[in-house]
Amino acid sequence: MAEDKKPLDKKDPVIKVRGLVNAFGDKVIHDHVDLDVYRGEVLGVVGGSGAGKSVLLRTIIGLNKPREGEIEVFGKKTAFAESSRMRALEMRWGVLFQDGALFSAQTVAENIQVPLREYTSMSEPLMNEIAAMKLALVGLPPDTALKYPSELSGGMRKRAGLARALALDPELLFLDEPTSGLDPISANQFDELIKQLQKSLGLTVFMVTHDLDSLRAVCDRIAVLVNKKITTGTIAELRKNPDPWIQDYFSGVRGRAALATAS
Amino acid sequence: MASLDNASAAPNAWFKLDGDVLHLGGRWTIQESPRLDTELRTLKPEGSGAITIDASKIERLDSAGAWLLLRTRRGFETGGRKITNFTLPDLYLPLMENIEQGKGPLAEPPRQGGVRKRLERIGRATVHAGQQGYRMLGYLGRVTVETIEAFASPKNNLRVAALIHQVEETGINALPIVGLLAFLIGVVLAYQGADQLKRFGAEIFTINLLGVGILREIGGLITAIIVAGRSGSAFTAQIGTMRVNEEIDAMQTIGLNTVDVLVLPRIIGLVIALPLLTFYSDIMGLIGGAVMCYFQLGITIPVFMRQLNDAITVNTFMVGLIKAPVFAFVISLVGCYEGFQVERNAASVGLLTTRAVVESVFLVIVLDAAFSVMFSVLGI
Repeated sequence: MAEDKKPLDKKDPVIKVRGLVNAFGDKVIHDHVDLDVYRGEVLGVVGGSGAGKSVLLRTIIGLNKPREGEIEVFGKKTAFAESSRMRALEMRWGVLFQDGALFSAQTVAENIQVPLREYTSMSEPLMNEIAAMKLALVGLPPDTALKYPSELSGGMRKRAGLARALALDPELLFLDEPTSGLDPISANQFDELIKQLQKSLGLTVFMVTHDLDSLRAVCDRIAVLVNKKITTGTIAELRKNPDPWIQDYFSGVRGRAALATAS
Repeated sequence: MASLDNASAAPNAWFKLDGDVLHLGGRWTIQESPRLDTELRTLKPEGSGAITIDASKIERLDSAGAWLLLRTRRGFETGGRKITNFTLPDLYLPLMENIEQGKGPLAEPPRQGGVRKRLERIGRATVHAGQQGYRMLGYLGRVTVETIEAFASPKNNLRVAALIHQVEETGINALPIVGLLAFLIGVVLAYQGADQLKRFGAEIFTINLLGVGILREIGGLITAIIVAGRSGSAFTAQIGTMRVNEEIDAMQTIGLNTVDVLVLPRIIGLVIALPLLTFYSDIMGLIGGAVMCYFQLGITIPVFMRQLNDAITVNTFMVGLIKAPVFAFVISLVGCYEGFQVERNAASVGLLTTRAVVESVFLVIVLDAAFSVMFSVLGI
């Protein structure tokens, strides 16, 4: 495990997807899809509703069994992996689900401590300190620690979910629509937060999003899921892509408005 | 088993207090943090004067390690020693800054326990039970009014399709489980009765026991309890899930009356279905008893029928059956009421479903006892 923690190397794919096929019944979602995510980058995944963004994420983290294809995370296969190998991988990544997916019967602090309890032998005081530190890291006030998820707003739940995802100091972070359902100000703050954390913790981020502002602000590269295939590139590269959906997406009214503020 | 603790990576994290200089190095990561934590807690900021922290030999630092580093530094500062120099590889400076903005340790959760707390809980629960009864009574009133209105103008307010669906769901689909359990109860009752009555040479009266026992009490009671567990809980879970999904709110904004749409079909449906189920359960129970009598006591079916005819009257049967609609009403009322009490989180659905079943089984048995007293006063 130690030898995997090499210094940042752009050409070192953390996630490698080859020939992935996902289908529900007759409906093909992904048709022989390839994708590389390199160490230290932020990859944004976009696509229309039902294009299979979340399915892609779930397949990579092993919640969904693909019909065909190979997926490697940190050079180890995740599809069809046995549970002990998955456990070793699960320690090295954090996942933020759409609405935080906090355990509703536990306080926020206990939620953050679940992975710590499971994978380390930390003392109780240290665990409390770490939980408080993570909360501060994601910008939540200290009194949030003793609240239950049902007492939090949507934005706070997402931040708390992020704190739990970061509990084990993962190298790889999966975010499923982190800014959806947030007001523009909170969404901006969340983007800033992710960027800042990504820089200071040296994270690799795989982010499913609909938010053009997030794409512009945070992502190094973008993967577009269209017609069951993936096209990757920077925003500038994608704007030159002739595909009508991609053209519509980046050069439509919203796309232009969001990207105009960039320049 | 995979565990972060075992995945120790060389070189390990270390620190050394050398005079006025604290040297740190190695991998200050979450894997190392439990050990570092205990060791660092023994480090006392003894002496006075300035101190230098040299962390330049740290090879890897994550947020857990950064926290320990920061805690140690703060420990020295609060211990009255000034930090004159703090060196850390440039790579980790942003992380350190990030962590530094954090606040102190967690506030301790309020402690539970003590006689006072326990008394408080008893009081709270008592008041809650009273309020629950009061609100349920209010709900009973509302449902009664809405039912009368629905029957006054059935065209507008009575959802016939939904009602028939509920009869199917709570009645027809419950036939296998109710039938099987009633049959087994009949078998058990006959077996135990025969065993005892044999001592007096009065085996034949097993049939009287069966007839009266099943028709008057057990058939109806067992059916009501099964239905409370099966359909009462389903009502709470269905309506509760709709509340979690904001479907109830959506209905109200569209102008649908939630009682008409959700509650009345369930209540009326169950009031129709439960007496029918009770009748079916009576018959299955008697069949079970008859089978047992045949094998255990050698009583043939014609003899069984003749003795049964002598033992019971139509009244015996009616007394059992008349209770069924009342049970049905209570079970469905409690089920629907608790469904509407669900809050907007998934845990509350489970909690209230459990509560609905407990309350409806409790009320069914209390009502059954009340019926017994009433019938004995009336001399039926």
